[in-house]
Amino acid sequence: MTASPGGRALSAPLAGRESEPTLFELSVPGRQASSFRTTSLPEWPAEDLVPGEWLPEAPVELPEVSERDLVAHFTRLSHRQYSVDLGAYPLGSCTMKYNPKLCDEAAGMAAFAGVHPAAPPALAQGWLELLVELEEMLCAVTGMSAATLQPAAGAAGELTGLLLMRAWHDAHHEARRRVIIPDAAHGTNPASVTISGYEVTTVGTTERGDVDLSELRSVLDTDVAGMMLTNPNTLGLFEENIIAVTDAVHEAGALMYYDGANLNAILGVVRPGDMGFDIVHLNLHKTFATPHGGGGPGAGPVAVRTELSPFLPGPRPSLLDDGSYGWTSPPRSIGRVHSWHGNALVLLRAWTYLRLHGPEGLRRVAEVAVLNANWLKEQLRASYDVPYDRPVMHECVVSASSLERDTGLRALDVAKRLLELGFHAPTIYFPHIVHEALMIEPTETESPQTVAALADALAEIAAEARTAGRADAARAAPRTTPVGRLDEARAARNLVATYDQRAGGGDGGGDGAHDSRG
Amino acid sequence: MNIPDELRYTSDHEWAKDENGKVRVGITDFAQDALGDVVFVQLPETGTLVEQGGPLGEVESTKSVSQIYAPVSGTIVEVNASLTDTPERLNEEPYEGGWLVVIEASDLSELDGLLDAAGYREATE
Repeated sequence: MTASPGGRALSAPLAGRESEPTLFELSVPGRQASSFRTTSLPEWPAEDLVPGEWLPEAPVELPEVSERDLVAHFTRLSHRQYSVDLGAYPLGSCTMKYNPKLCDEAAGMAAFAGVHPAAPPALAQGWLELLVELEEMLCAVTGMSAATLQPAAGAAGELTGLLLMRAWHDAHHEARRRVIIPDAAHGTNPASVTISGYEVTTVGTTERGDVDLSELRSVLDTDVAGMMLTNPNTLGLFEENIIAVTDAVHEAGALMYYDGANLNAILGVVRPGDMGFDIVHLNLHKTFATPHGGGGPGAGPVAVRTELSPFLPGPRPSLLDDGSYGWTSPPRSIGRVHSWHGNALVLLRAWTYLRLHGPEGLRRVAEVAVLNANWLKEQLRASYDVPYDRPVMHECVVSASSLERDTGLRALDVAKRLLELGFHAPTIYFPHIVHEALMIEPTETESPQTVAALADALAEIAAEARTAGRADAARAAPRTTPVGRLDEARAARNLVATYDQRAGGGDGGGDGAHDSRG
Repeated sequence: MNIPDELRYTSDHEWAKDENGKVRVGITDFAQDALGDVVFVQLPETGTLVEQGGPLGEVESTKSVSQIYAPVSGTIVEVNASLTDTPERLNEEPYEGGWLVVIEASDLSELDGLLDAAGYREATE
């Protein structure tokens, strides 16, 4: 194979519109991006170190590129991406807020980044103190009494929370099989329930957008282990009957699980513990502005009431009786849910964020997030439908139903056209109970000018669709981005997840990989 | 919206067709339109017992994954294997080539409890 020149920037928006070669296409045999310049360790053949049965029969075909070409490759790709650093990212439910650079600066300090996770506690007292403090701050925010920092992200937190739920029921010699979730729940909820060995029972949503209390009461019995709920819910609405919901669930002997995905809306204002929740997971990459998955890793700590603390994963960072910090394991721990101590540098960023804002600042985060979402919803009222019409929390769900009926333009087209107008798309087709849903979360980090520009862009798309001669603009969108509209159905039906260079670019993947214009 | 008169319907957007005691099942035109491009269909094996209103399988589109519920109780006697390679048939011909399963109904009178075409039309409006 003839390698592509790694130093040619024709795929960078600044210099051209060509597709970016893969690392395999940039590969030249013998090149490498790392060298052990200062080591005095002798070289040793792999055959002498690894038993023959563990060695591959043929060398693994990996791309071979120089550091220079590698950096150029990823820099060009980064220039083709939309990111929270680049512009507003109103992806509902995901809380894609701007990440303060101070947090990255803290995570880059060698005093933190250079500590090996196996370092003896005596050499990591600062780290341990910081983790203990973070647990305390997260408990203060949620109204809980103990936490684990181990789970790697939200879904890992959900699984951990459900395992805690099971451990708690086991300890009470109860074998309950079902977990209740609302029909508006995040998709991870039913997945976590199933993976943890429980069965899902769904309850509906009232016309006002709350959990249907009478339906909830009708499915509650001694077989129910718990209920998973986020508040505000996925419609962006605060559950008006939350106390009645948690009371009913507790009366059935079941536990309340708080999905922390939407915590940003209530930070410093009201705590899940005050609402009657027993187990809470937090998405640090949402509420506390640490990098999201892909740019992550994430972190999904789980906080619990006192009664559940004996079951928490361990070992936990703890203040010991002698005044020093160390590791302790809860007496009836469900065990580890992450290697070492979780994604520590993400935890450090969240600690920095909490310290940066303080209690008053955190409350202000929630207030401005809610203000932005409500202001945006009112601006969109003229162009889009507003289902479940009442004041929203941190995000608003509008519908392109009327627009679709009148013009044929769907939520997907609106989202694609928005890319051309300089914004990341909102979440679409979620929650499922809203037809042609657009779920928009401006977050508190965007200025009034930016939120106004976003509202104008969404209004412009709707107006354009209703204008003769311009109605088709959105259907062809996006035309100005490095990659045009992708065939999502074909990509899913003919999934090619590997690159096989022996087949000249993979089974069916080759043409897609080179077709940058979709 | 295509809602054939001769079929029975559930409020969950499945259709059921009585074929001499066996019941052919699929999802409606309304359902396929709401789902969008279907990319994967998960169905039970033949011989599986299903309950009316209980889970029958899943349909995954580029938008979401949706549960399919059995319109009648009984035993699965036929499964539309062609959907494995051509799930798009669910979008293209939901009432013909896009059928999902055939159920040997344990109690055919369950069909009488389902919606007729007029009732289903009303439910989707």
